[in-house]
Amino acid sequence: MSEPTLAEAPVPRTPPTHLPRLDVVLVGVGGQGTILASNVLAELGIRAGYDVKKAEVHGMSQRGGSVVSHVRWGTQVFSPIIPPGGADILVAFEKMEAARYAALLAPGGSVLINDHSIEPITVITGGAHYPEDAAIESAFGGSGQRLVWVHGARVANDLGNRSVANVVLLGALSTLLGLPVHDWTAVLDRLVKASYRDLNHQAFAAGRAELLAGPASGSLNP
Amino acid sequence: MQRLLSGNEAIARAAWEAGAVVGAGYPGTPSTEILEVFAPSPDVYAEWSPNEKVALDVAIGAAIAGRRAFATMKHVGLNVAADSFWSVAMTGIEAGLVIVSADDPSLHSSQNEQDNRLFARWARVPCLDPADSQDAHDLMVVAFDISEAFDTPVLLRPTTRVCHTSSPVEVGEIRRTRPVPDSYVRNPAKYDMAPANARARRPVIEARVEALAAYAETFPFNRVEMRGTSLGIITTGVAYQYAREVFPDASTLKLGMVYPLPRGLIADFAAAVDTLVVLEELDPFVEDQVRLMGIELYEPPTPPTYPHTKSIFPVIGELDPSSVRAAAIAAGLLPASTITAVPDAAPAQPDPLVALSSAGMPGAAASEPARKPLPVLAVAPRPPVLCPGCPHRSSFYILHKLGVTVNGDIGCYTLGMAKPLEALHTAGCMGASIAVAHGGVQAGDPGRHVAVIGDSTFFHSGIPALLNVLYNRSNVVTIIMDNRITGMTGHQENPGTGQTLQRQQTVEVDIERIVRAIGFPDDRVVTIPSYDVKALEKQLKSWLKADGPAVLITKQECALLPTAKATYEPLAVTDACNGCTICFRIGCPAILQSDALDERTQRPLALIDQQLCTGCEICAHVCPRDAILFREQVAAHV
Repeated sequence: MSEPTLAEAPVPRTPPTHLPRLDVVLVGVGGQGTILASNVLAELGIRAGYDVKKAEVHGMSQRGGSVVSHVRWGTQVFSPIIPPGGADILVAFEKMEAARYAALLAPGGSVLINDHSIEPITVITGGAHYPEDAAIESAFGGSGQRLVWVHGARVANDLGNRSVANVVLLGALSTLLGLPVHDWTAVLDRLVKASYRDLNHQAFAAGRAELLAGPASGSLNP
Repeated sequence: MQRLLSGNEAIARAAWEAGAVVGAGYPGTPSTEILEVFAPSPDVYAEWSPNEKVALDVAIGAAIAGRRAFATMKHVGLNVAADSFWSVAMTGIEAGLVIVSADDPSLHSSQNEQDNRLFARWARVPCLDPADSQDAHDLMVVAFDISEAFDTPVLLRPTTRVCHTSSPVEVGEIRRTRPVPDSYVRNPAKYDMAPANARARRPVIEARVEALAAYAETFPFNRVEMRGTSLGIITTGVAYQYAREVFPDASTLKLGMVYPLPRGLIADFAAAVDTLVVLEELDPFVEDQVRLMGIELYEPPTPPTYPHTKSIFPVIGELDPSSVRAAAIAAGLLPASTITAVPDAAPAQPDPLVALSSAGMPGAAASEPARKPLPVLAVAPRPPVLCPGCPHRSSFYILHKLGVTVNGDIGCYTLGMAKPLEALHTAGCMGASIAVAHGGVQAGDPGRHVAVIGDSTFFHSGIPALLNVLYNRSNVVTIIMDNRITGMTGHQENPGTGQTLQRQQTVEVDIERIVRAIGFPDDRVVTIPSYDVKALEKQLKSWLKADGPAVLITKQECALLPTAKATYEPLAVTDACNGCTICFRIGCPAILQSDALDERTQRPLALIDQQLCTGCEICAHVCPRDAILFREQVAAHV
């Protein structure tokens, strides 16, 4: 009797000792690939030998609402939810969403923000105001926090497919975690369609290159 | 082997391992993925039933036929299936039966926050409450064994956080099978619940729950973990995770089965610790029962007053480490200084980025904490909205314009309540729209009532209510918004789609023919394409002018379906636009206010986002200046 098809993960190895635990919050708007990105990060954690929890809320968020996903790595992870002030890294696929979840970022934590806006209906219909970049930046910067703009949307556009902006951000994120690039691409290859493999590799490499080249213009370093 | 699985994936896998051969359900967040993952498994039958009651009856039918079966639904689905739930609690089964009903604390995607553990106690059915994916897997497997050992249905009650959190799971590699009976059981005393038989079953049910309570004492998933003796926490479900995170030194009694409870185990645990508390999400379900056992719990400085009985932790909403910590501090269980997780405190744990700063992080390495207070930024709300190209949008635009009373229902179209469409007056529960409208009319409310219901919800529980409108002679106008799919839960098949959950071609139920069969006359039933704003408006106006009931079926597939996506053709705005803002009133995310202002009115001109626009043309229909080009005009323009 054959088995049902389910995602398969390799048997955990020993976690790397240089990084005892990691809490990452990924935020965006429905349809931006926030969930896929958090799947990649969760599988990467398993591959690196951690206990992992990945929590997300879907349902109504699919209809253009705000999407948030919590990914926790550790030797033993209990709560699936990262408390306010607990996230080591905040990855925002939409820039206003970065500000919405700013309170989750830990002192000394880093926020990677895709330089891309999606106006919510509350702004389109006139009642609400979309914040300026400076206002978004001002939500961070306390307690040694670092903010980096990533041109995920622009890079993805240049690659000819706007939907890979999430992978550009993952490339940028990879520069913060010190795991081999090969581990990232192996997980990516497993989670995306084979026909998009090359495109995703390019997006990932571009995201890495952007951060390794130095801070993007407009980055804040208080 | 370990796999990274969500709670829902783990439950589906466990059902297969346990040898369940039938799974039936109705889609509902957060439970939907269980059947979607189970359905492609080898050697199983799985179906989306028209509603939860049908689904549970299907599973009951399979279990009485001697095959392991389960039904899935969200918490409110069990309200719909409650009659069947009670019925099978009385009869018992021939082979294992599990009801998976997923609660939604904090109402992430629901209309209420009921705690379905109460259903278990009400109907004397054992209830299992998983804390993570591994638990969900293991409890689902053992649920079938309990069901057969005690001749009872079993309620597995995960919550949104468990359903939608992924964590590593050690799965079983072998599927268990059980022999199937040679013939269908005939045992009227057990399965024909005529009053005389049912009366005889009542003591059996009470005896069964006593036996289950005795079993709970040694149930391996009711687990004492002794650490310190100063604080003991009885906990269950995902709250166990918060207990471990917030009170790392406390001892825990983790309850995998929350009904019936192991009185002896709880008493022994109480005796082994100085202070005893119960940490659970939503209702004080375990807490109340522990008090009824006469076991003393920690008394906070301000105990709850009746009718409230939950003593320490919030009764409303999902818990998390912050809320648990705050409640514990307020109750005097933790010193106030233990608030370490707030942003301005020093990190208690090693900061991974310190170790990582050598890995190429641009900017400064972790610098001294600059304790400047952050400005409060007002972030514009981002509520869920009807998608660009949503076929429901046109009806709501018209209903808002006509100013009639609209009784809505559960589905994507519930979003018709939001600005700027603001068309709905009510949206209570599945199938309520038509009868709520009818009740208003028959009570003498002078305004006309329009009921709005989707295709899947119409099949779910709308049909009897529509029958009632005609039979009991009200003038409700019903709009059945047929978008050819069950939308809100993420595109599930239903009786109108022509396909089953297991991808078999099947009958495509024709809604218009159902309505005619009920007895609506020919001129009171019309199907109109959903994007044809002018035709919809004309039809509704004529029906609302005259008396009598009528049914308008708006038909257009959901714009997110792959077949719809293949036909996207974005529209464009010409310089005839004068910033009148009428197109903004349809609430389409693809219509933006451009930076350019009309010279005369100084109002922003419309701009169509070429990436988001599907070319549904609703905006082109409503534009009074014909400044938005229809598809054909766009093609000609280019």
